[in-house]
Amino acid sequence: MTFSRIGAIVLRQIYLYRGSPQRILPIFIWVAVDILLWGFISRYLNGVAHAGFSFVPALLGAVLLWDFHTRIMQGVTMAFFEDVWSRNFLNLFASPLSTAEYLTGLVITGIATSLMGLAVMLVLAWTAFGLSFLVYGAALAPFLMVLFLTGIALGIFGAAIVLRFGPASEWLIWPIASFISPFAGVFYPVSVLPGWMQAVSRVLPPSYVFEGMRAGVAGKAVPWDRLAVGGGLAVAYVGLACWFFSGVYRYAIREGLIARYSAESVS
Amino acid sequence: MTPGRAILSVERLCKSYGALKAVDGVSLRVAPGEIVGLVGPNGAGKTTTINMILGVLAPTAGRIEIDGADLATDRRHALSKTNFAAVYAPLPGNLTIEQNLRVFGMIYAVPNLTARIKEILDLFDLRKFRKTRAGLLSSGEQTRLSLAKAVLNRPRLLMLDEPTASIDPANARDIRAGIAEFVDSGHSGVLWTSHNMYEVEAVCDRVLFLSHGKIVLEGDPKTLPGEHGATSLDDLFVAVAHENPGGEKAA
Repeated sequence: MTFSRIGAIVLRQIYLYRGSPQRILPIFIWVAVDILLWGFISRYLNGVAHAGFSFVPALLGAVLLWDFHTRIMQGVTMAFFEDVWSRNFLNLFASPLSTAEYLTGLVITGIATSLMGLAVMLVLAWTAFGLSFLVYGAALAPFLMVLFLTGIALGIFGAAIVLRFGPASEWLIWPIASFISPFAGVFYPVSVLPGWMQAVSRVLPPSYVFEGMRAGVAGKAVPWDRLAVGGGLAVAYVGLACWFFSGVYRYAIREGLIARYSAESVS
Repeated sequence: MTPGRAILSVERLCKSYGALKAVDGVSLRVAPGEIVGLVGPNGAGKTTTINMILGVLAPTAGRIEIDGADLATDRRHALSKTNFAAVYAPLPGNLTIEQNLRVFGMIYAVPNLTARIKEILDLFDLRKFRKTRAGLLSSGEQTRLSLAKAVLNRPRLLMLDEPTASIDPANARDIRAGIAEFVDSGHSGVLWTSHNMYEVEAVCDRVLFLSHGKIVLEGDPKTLPGEHGATSLDDLFVAVAHENPGGEKAA
């Protein structure tokens, strides 16, 4: 891999963000809206439940972690969609750029945009609702890492789907995070789900994060072994997503999809 | 064919989609300092051939070598020696001219990139638009930008797919002159597709007629019409398009 080529992919995104407030604002706006909405819901529940249990780290914290995961996925896919929308595939893939360099550039972009969102989340949640991520203790780092890796895997998987099925399939990608969330047990323990949904949740790395988060908030020991399973799954999914993207790319080269991608868009 | 080491060597290239043979056994060479025209009616297989040479379409059979590098086994090296411009592959309209050239300069690992961008902006008379987004440029300016990107890395092989389509004659003449100047150094060769036979005759050292995925005629564009009883390259084009339904080689 060549740093110059990876840098080119990242630089392209920097140029786009630098010249476009419309691209920068959504990084913060949705995060801010979620924090306000779930922050007040948590505060209201604290007032009516009188259970001696704080909903802020459980509910608002879950929202923040889930938003972080979603933003990473969208950071990767958005960077990819920029090339879809600007009909840039032929220029990129008829060059010495490798798929590994291209994907690395997309992932770095995803990391950068999601970290900006995360910073805003942390400041808003702390100043407005007194939630500090430090409440999760040493488990915070693996929580973020598992969500981060899963977001990257989903982002690369989404990019592969759009490469394979064309620009219109981007509408299949946006709801992926929402589709996963009921199975991931973001707001409730996985044990409340029916058996078949629990089976699905066992292959979703975020479910281990949210189970661990709830255990920590409830004062119980974080199940590190379960978290390790989630981490292992997340690493495996990143590898699988890269393999899937490479397979789709080879198919696209064999069948002429990349050439037609441009041709279709000018017809 | 020009003797000596070719910049582009294509041997028995084929591309099939099921029973349809889009390209059927095409062999061609481009030598340093040579501009080779690839012409033929719509659907003859020109763009399919170009796409295979660009590495974005895998051949069913055959071999492509660019500056000694086999495209199938040494893709990165082969593609680093080439570049292209095509009317259907515009540069991102949401980046400025300068930004586009910087991004693609980094992708092609162009040394002394800042200086090279300045040089290219002057060469294609784009300096005054360097801060303008590509999407806001006129067709002629966008074509000049595509060509600027195409020669940015001083490619050994330059591929141009209808580079002057949809631009006015004055701009087209300037572009032809610019490319001819680029090739005159003898460092590079050009594969040029066009439907403008006047342009092909004016610019190309050699022309290949493609019909139904096969090369059916080859020769000097200035003498080829006379050799085949046609009054002009235009007439020869029409004759080839109408008289080779099976794509048999006429000469």
